[in-house]
Amino acid sequence: MTHKKIVFVSRKAPYGTNAAAEMIEVVLVAAAFDQQVHLAFLDDGVFQLARAQTPEAIGHKPFAQNLTELEEYDIDHVWVERESLAERGLTEHDLMITVSLVGRAAMAEVLAEADMLMSL
Amino acid sequence: MLHIVSKSPYADASLESCLNHWRDGDALILIADAVVGALAEGRFAARLKGLALHVLTPDLEARGLSVKALVDGAVQVDYEGFVDLCAEQPASLSWL
Repeated sequence: MTHKKIVFVSRKAPYGTNAAAEMIEVVLVAAAFDQQVHLAFLDDGVFQLARAQTPEAIGHKPFAQNLTELEEYDIDHVWVERESLAERGLTEHDLMITVSLVGRAAMAEVLAEADMLMSL
Repeated sequence: MLHIVSKSPYADASLESCLNHWRDGDALILIADAVVGALAEGRFAARLKGLALHVLTPDLEARGLSVKALVDGAVQVDYEGFVDLCAEQPASLSWL
């Protein structure tokens, strides 16, 4: 199998819809199939990474568990857009996992270099 | 890259975010509710001018907007034209 570079683009806040949770599941499946998997968080997607979430109170499973699994699954890169964080009043210190912070132009380059782009 | 935008830019930031990640050689197609952003007299005309902009004709017609003037340089395409655009570009991204 050829190893395609797949960039998963996550732009939705968690819990309002299932999009964010489903995206993480698809990402883990793609990684299990030994593809080159990149995950890009921009716009409201950065809220998925916030520390200290307690979504059980609103009847949702927490993200933290799945996100920390990303490292075990050998995800190639987790990219987070600096401007998206700043516009929303967050900094990298608010995030629960270690990520590659990139500016908007660099994020556009990450997207442009993908063989395939997936969004939900 | 082919950017595919389907939400009205008057209600959703996906077109804005798409344009913020634009690179030379990219193309854009507006489909579904996003076609409302393509009108020449609309608020987004200035930002769309000069881009490789395509608008899906059936979605314009469905909304009664095919009689209206579109942004300078906008090209109307049917479903086959949409497929051609996908094939021409190395990858496509749906700004959902």
